[in-house]
Amino acid sequence: MGDERVEAMEIDGQQRQEVAAAVPDGFNADYLRIYYGKLFPYGDFFKWLAYGNDAKHPGCDQSYIGRRELSFTLENDIYLRFQSFDSAAELETSIKEKCPFKIDIGPVYSVDPAKRHAYAQSGNNVFVPVERELIFDIDISDYDDVRYCCSGADTCLDCWPLMTIVIKILDTSLRGDFGFNHILWVYSGRRGVHCWVCDSRARKLSNEQRSAIADYFRVYKGGENSLKKVSLTGPVLHPFLARSYTDVLKCFFEDKLLHSQQLFASEERCQKILELIPDENVASELHDKWQGNRRSSISKEDVNAARWEQLKTTLQSGKHKTQGLRRCVEEIVFSYTYPRLDMEVCQST
Amino acid sequence: RVAPQLEVRLEEFELFAIDRLRVLKGISDGLSRGKRPEEMEKLVSELWKAHMRHQDPAETLNKDIISHFVLRLVYCRTEELRKWFLSMENTLFRYRFRLESPESQRLLMSEFQLPYKALPHSEFEAVKDKLSQVARSIGQSASVESVFFKVPFEEVPDLVASRRVFLSKGYAYVAMSQVVSLVVTQFRCNISKALVLTNRKWTATIKEQEKDRLTPIVEALSNAYFGPDYSQPNDATEISPKDIDQLARTSFPLCMRHMLEKLRENHHLKHGGRMQFGLFLKGAGLKLEDALTFWRSEFSQKVGSERFDKEYAYSIRHNYGKEGKRTDYTSYSCQKIISATPGVGDHHGCPYRHFGEENLRAALNNMGVGGNALEGILDKVKNRHYQLACTMTFEATHGVSCDTGINHPNQYFSESQKVLQAKNQTVQSQLST
Repeated sequence: MGDERVEAMEIDGQQRQEVAAAVPDGFNADYLRIYYGKLFPYGDFFKWLAYGNDAKHPGCDQSYIGRRELSFTLENDIYLRFQSFDSAAELETSIKEKCPFKIDIGPVYSVDPAKRHAYAQSGNNVFVPVERELIFDIDISDYDDVRYCCSGADTCLDCWPLMTIVIKILDTSLRGDFGFNHILWVYSGRRGVHCWVCDSRARKLSNEQRSAIADYFRVYKGGENSLKKVSLTGPVLHPFLARSYTDVLKCFFEDKLLHSQQLFASEERCQKILELIPDENVASELHDKWQGNRRSSISKEDVNAARWEQLKTTLQSGKHKTQGLRRCVEEIVFSYTYPRLDMEVCQST
Repeated sequence: RVAPQLEVRLEEFELFAIDRLRVLKGISDGLSRGKRPEEMEKLVSELWKAHMRHQDPAETLNKDIISHFVLRLVYCRTEELRKWFLSMENTLFRYRFRLESPESQRLLMSEFQLPYKALPHSEFEAVKDKLSQVARSIGQSASVESVFFKVPFEEVPDLVASRRVFLSKGYAYVAMSQVVSLVVTQFRCNISKALVLTNRKWTATIKEQEKDRLTPIVEALSNAYFGPDYSQPNDATEISPKDIDQLARTSFPLCMRHMLEKLRENHHLKHGGRMQFGLFLKGAGLKLEDALTFWRSEFSQKVGSERFDKEYAYSIRHNYGKEGKRTDYTSYSCQKIISATPGVGDHHGCPYRHFGEENLRAALNNMGVGGNALEGILDKVKNRHYQLACTMTFEATHGVSCDTGINHPNQYFSESQKVLQAKNQTVQSQLST
């Protein structure tokens, strides 16, 4: 960015017109400035966060929007907290002036964050957060152990659908189970999605309640020490899980993921799935069957679907009465497709 | 919640408390025998009727309140007492709540600030399948409870977190049993806080103020035991030192077998063991002179008979009420033994609680218990049903069932003797026919 300019000048003032004219890869502060100048939706942004309090009728809380904290991350990683604004115009001026590289939306506090020191003196803990949207943060890198196409911050058309699945499942549940209506899903900017639940009921939730919602959604219990991270106990699934499975996960797994991730295409990948079967005998029975098939004429296209069918038939045949096998098929599907939430982010008010 | 301003007669102070204590001990017994919830419900109802009910409901209420608050004084004084009292009162509350009519249950719930309205029938029918599904998903039976409450999900975060409720449009469908949990949790919380405060007040002012009046009553109540009295040895049974080894093999419970074994091995037992074992032997029919002979025969091998006479004989005579103040030493009940805290070098306490699994397995093998019976006993131990484990040991070694359950080592001994005598008589009569 700026470095390229310096380089250009050091090479004896040679005009690097090509560099300036070409669209640079990655981030460019000048483009950001233009964006803030011409494109950033100050009015809409402000209107959203005011939640109706910017109107003129008597029910409005005039102080509301001014009690919302925003944080700016400037160039050189300078971090400014407790920014607050009473109007869209103020917000616009400040952003254009500071050109923040990153803007974070914080909670609404009991008093204007700019005046927090005055209240802190009284020692009564009067400066506290009182409202905050319910937020979920989903990172595709949390799925690295079940996607073979990319890892880390990379994504592609084969693995990005995992995010679509998250959205379908959470959105349906937030609306149908929890009764929320005002939900915003956004691309997080790098490798995932964010969910902002903005109902006033959601904004008023306590930490404990947010935690409870996150736990309601939690199925995947990660961690290095257990091979099997999804454990679906009980003779039947809770309606939420059952619905997620039948409406979304099952077909996604069978129609898309099996193929896009080539889940059974290699010895190693087959092994990973076999590890999720709690019965050694069944696992080795399948393993041997597939060893035998390797040299058959099944085309690469079919091998995933074929092996999955074989696995399902074996597990659901009722021949093996081991306890853990009851829900094994569902557990495998959940392991590969069910949403993995970042538990930390959900919880801070 | 707060002690009422009532005038209580001194006798009522003690008597009411004792009656309530009978109920609580009865509950404790029932729990340690692993009774199922339906059985407990019946038990609580019977206990309450037997000890607390009065013809005049106002009198019953009076007694209920007074006895509860007196027992708060009695049981606030140590962590262990508080834990026990809290646990028993909690259970009592839980089952009394279940026995109440739906109307009064609703009233109670609003007192606890849980003003839920029951689900109307039409709504219930609409979601019945889902409710059943949730119940089965958490391992309950498919036939769904009949009373449900529709509450905002914010009010039951832990039920939401563990997916134990059906959610729809922001409401959680909470079963009556789950609501009971909420009420009971609140109840427990209130009492717990109250007990700590009571203790503070007790130690700060009341104990001293009342040292001639209420304090001795309170202190005696916390040690009260309400089973058959084993302090006075039953004159019908008498045992002598030469019988002890044989009797230990056939009729002693594991705790006493173990102490005898260690006494024989080390020619010594520390104080806790001497008390627990010594009083047991007294209750089983060992006379004072014989007791002295028995203990001297072992201890003199370690410390010499002179030291025995000087240091240990006195406390044995004390146990038999021949020294010092009037004897209060009844042999220890299982409850007391289980709650002991044996330290380094101690062998008293309850082996089902205080032994590690390996040692317990070995000890039970030595008693001739193995296979499925052994696994069943260990399972009870894992679930902390120590008295049940001992009862199962009795049943395995005697080949009979013990419906009353074991709650006192002397009971184990006398039941065992009964069984063996009956067997002897059967054999004799078979021989003579």
